[in-house]
Amino acid sequence: MSFLGKLSLDAIPYHEPIIMVTLAVVAIAGLFIAALITKYKKWSVLWNDWLTSVDHKRLGIMYIILAMVMLIRGFSDAIMMRTQQALATNGAAGYLPPEHYDQIFTAHGVIMIIFMAMPFMIGLMNLVVPLQIGARDVAFPFLNNLSFWLTASGAVLINISLGLGEFAKTGWVAYPPLSELAYSPGVGVDYYIWALQISGIGTTLTGVNFIATVLKMRAPGMKLMQMPIFTWTCTWANILIVASFPILTAVLGLLTLDRYMDFHFFTNEGGGNAMMYINLFWAWGHPEVYILVLPAFGIFSEVISTFTSKRLFGYTSMVWASGVISVLGFIVWLHHFFTMGSSANVNAFFGVMTMVIAVPTGVKLFNWLFTIYRGRLRITVPVLWTLGFMVTFTIGGMTGVLLALPGADYVLHNSLFLIAHFHNTIIGGAVFGYLAGFAFWFPKATGFHLNERLGKASFWCWQIGFYVAFMPLYVLGFMGMTRRINHIDNPAWNIWIYLAAVGAAIILVGIILQFVQLYVSIRDRDQNRDTTGDPWNGHTLEWSTASPPQFYNFATLPQVADIDAFTDAKEKGTAYQRPKHYQAIHMPKNTPSGILMALGITAVGFAAIWHILWLAIVGLVGAFIVFLFRAYNNDVDYYVQPDEVARIEDAHLNHVVRG
Amino acid sequence: MLIRKLSKAASAALVLMLAGCDGGVLDPKGQIGIDEKHLIVVATLLMLIVVIPVIFMTLYFAWKYRDSRDQEIYAPKWAHSTAIETVVWIVPIVIVIILGVITWRSTHDLDPYKPLVHEAKPITVEVVSMDWKWLFIYPEQGVASVNELAFPANVPVNFKITSDTAMNSFFIPQLGSQIYSMAGMTTKLHLIANEPGTFDGISANYSGAGFAGMKFKAIATQTPADFDAWIAKLKQQKHRLDSVSYAALAKPSEYNPVEYFGSVSKGMFDQIVMQYMHMDSHQDMKGHEGMDMHAGMEHTGTEHDMAHMAGEHAMENTQNMADMDSSTHSAPSLTKDSSTEPLSLEHSSTQKVEAE
Amino acid sequence: MSITIPADLNVAHSDEHHEHHDTSGNTLFGFWLYLMTDCILFASVFATYAVLYMNTDGGVSGKDIFELDFVLIETAALLVSSITYGLALIFAKRHNKAATLAWLVITFALGCVFIGMEVYEFHHLIEHGNGPQRSAFLSSFFALVGMHGLHVTAGLIWMVIMMVEVAKTGLGPRSITRLSCLSLFWHFLDIVWICVFTVVYLLGAL
Repeated sequence: MSFLGKLSLDAIPYHEPIIMVTLAVVAIAGLFIAALITKYKKWSVLWNDWLTSVDHKRLGIMYIILAMVMLIRGFSDAIMMRTQQALATNGAAGYLPPEHYDQIFTAHGVIMIIFMAMPFMIGLMNLVVPLQIGARDVAFPFLNNLSFWLTASGAVLINISLGLGEFAKTGWVAYPPLSELAYSPGVGVDYYIWALQISGIGTTLTGVNFIATVLKMRAPGMKLMQMPIFTWTCTWANILIVASFPILTAVLGLLTLDRYMDFHFFTNEGGGNAMMYINLFWAWGHPEVYILVLPAFGIFSEVISTFTSKRLFGYTSMVWASGVISVLGFIVWLHHFFTMGSSANVNAFFGVMTMVIAVPTGVKLFNWLFTIYRGRLRITVPVLWTLGFMVTFTIGGMTGVLLALPGADYVLHNSLFLIAHFHNTIIGGAVFGYLAGFAFWFPKATGFHLNERLGKASFWCWQIGFYVAFMPLYVLGFMGMTRRINHIDNPAWNIWIYLAAVGAAIILVGIILQFVQLYVSIRDRDQNRDTTGDPWNGHTLEWSTASPPQFYNFATLPQVADIDAFTDAKEKGTAYQRPKHYQAIHMPKNTPSGILMALGITAVGFAAIWHILWLAIVGLVGAFIVFLFRAYNNDVDYYVQPDEVARIEDAHLNHVVRG
Repeated sequence: MLIRKLSKAASAALVLMLAGCDGGVLDPKGQIGIDEKHLIVVATLLMLIVVIPVIFMTLYFAWKYRDSRDQEIYAPKWAHSTAIETVVWIVPIVIVIILGVITWRSTHDLDPYKPLVHEAKPITVEVVSMDWKWLFIYPEQGVASVNELAFPANVPVNFKITSDTAMNSFFIPQLGSQIYSMAGMTTKLHLIANEPGTFDGISANYSGAGFAGMKFKAIATQTPADFDAWIAKLKQQKHRLDSVSYAALAKPSEYNPVEYFGSVSKGMFDQIVMQYMHMDSHQDMKGHEGMDMHAGMEHTGTEHDMAHMAGEHAMENTQNMADMDSSTHSAPSLTKDSSTEPLSLEHSSTQKVEAE
Repeated sequence: MSITIPADLNVAHSDEHHEHHDTSGNTLFGFWLYLMTDCILFASVFATYAVLYMNTDGGVSGKDIFELDFVLIETAALLVSSITYGLALIFAKRHNKAATLAWLVITFALGCVFIGMEVYEFHHLIEHGNGPQRSAFLSSFFALVGMHGLHVTAGLIWMVIMMVEVAKTGLGPRSITRLSCLSLFWHFLDIVWICVFTVVYLLGAL
């Protein structure tokens, strides 16, 4: 094996003009951004205040930026798939050969779930949960920073695969034996394994961190059943993370052993059993979709109750419905492979269990409805997303229950009906939720509002585009079209394929509008300042801080006696009270340890993909040394002095009074 | 907004109806497919009982309680009503109970492993998914074909399915259920065509580069005599399916044309199933009977004990694995003297013993 | 290796707010949560073993290769090391530096005995052609036992680091918290091993 393992110049796909142009665009954009940072002398700000930050709010923003960047990548894949299928009708070959197309749908799935939806969800959670429970940070701020960088590390690896080597051509589930060395000898599956493994460990650590945070760091007086509903749904999601991500770690580890050391877990040879992979994968994969959607449910609850200026209907029901969904989420994984030949009893059991999930979900929908009932609903952008969700998700839920019927799944499994269904729930449920949360908490995170008109325009493009893009897929599923085919030779399907491509284009306009909205809002930020910190007349504690919140969140920890703690304080007149004296606040210092350790681990992943032993050792030892250095560094925290706290708080209270 | 949404829903519904007209799942030509279509329709209607009111209420409430309408009642602290909460729990529970009963019954009725009850004697076809084509072996007639499947209409067909390579899914949308094909094991499917015709057959599980071209035609002949004629046509082919021609066929190919084999060496299918397994006399003497594939079923009890110790999730996994094993691992039992060579297909001493 | 990283990471948090008394509780709780994730990791591999242990592919089965006497000694070494670690922690809480270090050294030695015997067993198996590449059974055996072994190895490395820390800086609250985390980890590995011993070796040899 040579110095660079399997890596050589041949690994660069010169012959793929699409990839080379993409790389050129990325390189130019990267240089442009670097030039801007240099011009405005922001490198030290970037490093000191952001990349090395342990502040949950900044990490949250970085997660969301990562999610948006990966959304561009994942959506480009979607556009390519839709255009390929639209061009490759009537026996035409289209412009993407199978070896490229197969990478695209795999990358699309992995990126959208692991590197778009997950970072978006975790970003919002980072931003909001500590504020909602009246904490100054998470339980383990440095670990939080490391989790982010591990996620970013996975994202970096998957992006390297674009220009160096290839990505997996197996579908995002990477079922063996197809993903075994015998059928996928290239580095694609290795990229898949290491990108998921590293980011998955980061996610597990996030789950541990946030469970410890909500259980140990709540403001004085806040009982568990007084936690804001978003915090509750995040907590359920974190419990699911902690209980399911280790299964992913295990199953990827076993596949790694198969591919690297000729073990026989899932191979055709040697007595391997690929069904074990499929079971373990979905024992993680099914809870994973609830990890994505539960926090979104929490966002909708917050949005509805805030913008109806009303208490959330059925808080207790909501908490327990989320809990029931979480528990049931663990005993339904087999519905992903009813067609594997399990006995009728097994299939029927898992089918019924899946349908039972519709009960708590239905309860949630009714509770949102009855929150609107006798309220004063302000039709803002977050509310539009929420209403769009309630209509769209209901349809997605219905098709989901249909697929949970084994008898129906026997003909709809792996068809475009399934594709339409899960996009209906993931886009209509999770993504709409994150975008609602984005619009809802944007002023809190940045201190200024998003442009409302562009936000509404973007919403309508997404909403209409969604129906135009995915309703045809339901039809195609009924017409017998299966997923992951790179060309069409059934003329009856053409019209629906074209329609779906048009829908994707409409969504594209929605995404572009989203970025235009961001640009316009940043440009006009001085006209749109949120000076009070409470732009929506919010219910929960995050709105009691300034916008953006003081780096220590709360000068004095709030006393909580109600679910809507801030509304309670406003009604009792205890909000915005200035204490006579401030205490010194104990804060963690920023540290480069997280990004450096993740750098080492990225090197390990890259080295493992290309079989470069020395680099793997260097990366591992490097990460370990950084870790030891961190563990024995005594200079990790400091105190914010009372007079500085007083200065910051007085400035904020003055703004509030003027506002 | 309301009108737009409603018209959208209506057009979507219309679209679904139209889709039934031109082939596919909603245009079934076989009993299983007809039952499955019926199931889809019934379940959808049942769910619409909740879905339509929810969508309607969402839009209506959003309109009725919007901010500018000050004449409506405003109750900012109203957040609990035992009556409403009871109803919103009970309505979905009732629907799900009804759906659950339907699920339980239909899953047993439509179990792909269940032989069809029919006066005609079923024919058996052994199906092998390969890179990237379908091989159909007719053990009773001693012929085989690639990418073309024929059987008489109104006669049940028993499919025994395996894979030579990666996992695929054997699916003829207009006849109903699909089932995975997996290397080293046999899955089963029972279908029937209620009327003659030529139907599209596909793989419904992605299996690599040539997957999109992995299609076949399923021909349901008018009469059994037509089927016999098709068989006779195949028998005229000199081409014989044996280990040599199989090895050639197994090489990856895309858009493979239809091929016929006039004769097939005995036990071909079982040899394909067993090709990945090593068996030696050492095992047999130990009394294992070479039943590796049945291990999951026979040792269910032991697995449960272990799983308890390994923790709850493990238990769930194992239990279901065990259950699945009992149904999917119905590979034929091995003979005691099968060779250690994985692909010694010519080994004619292999005697087939059906597991059932 | 990925498995061992989080184990060590959590230690870092005892110094996050080492001047606060309550954060030690956070750290221990967080570490306990991490152990739960580790538990599920092991459960997944246990499940895999349970499914694959009969798939010997014509090769050896557990009955042919397990030597219970040998494994019993191995097990005893690990179980006793848990007791000795407990003693180390008791002395640490009494701020008896010398006794703490002494018991840590004994624990470390017992852990090394365990790992040494495991490496010997693996080497012996591979030498006789019964490496993990031979069959799904052996793959899952090596993976399960090996994963536990890797955890123990990580624990031993951690123990060395702790011995250096205690020797150099004494038994401050930060060190006590870290020793307590390591204690949780070490006992956890003990419990996992009891499962491995029962499920893999005892049931396998029957």
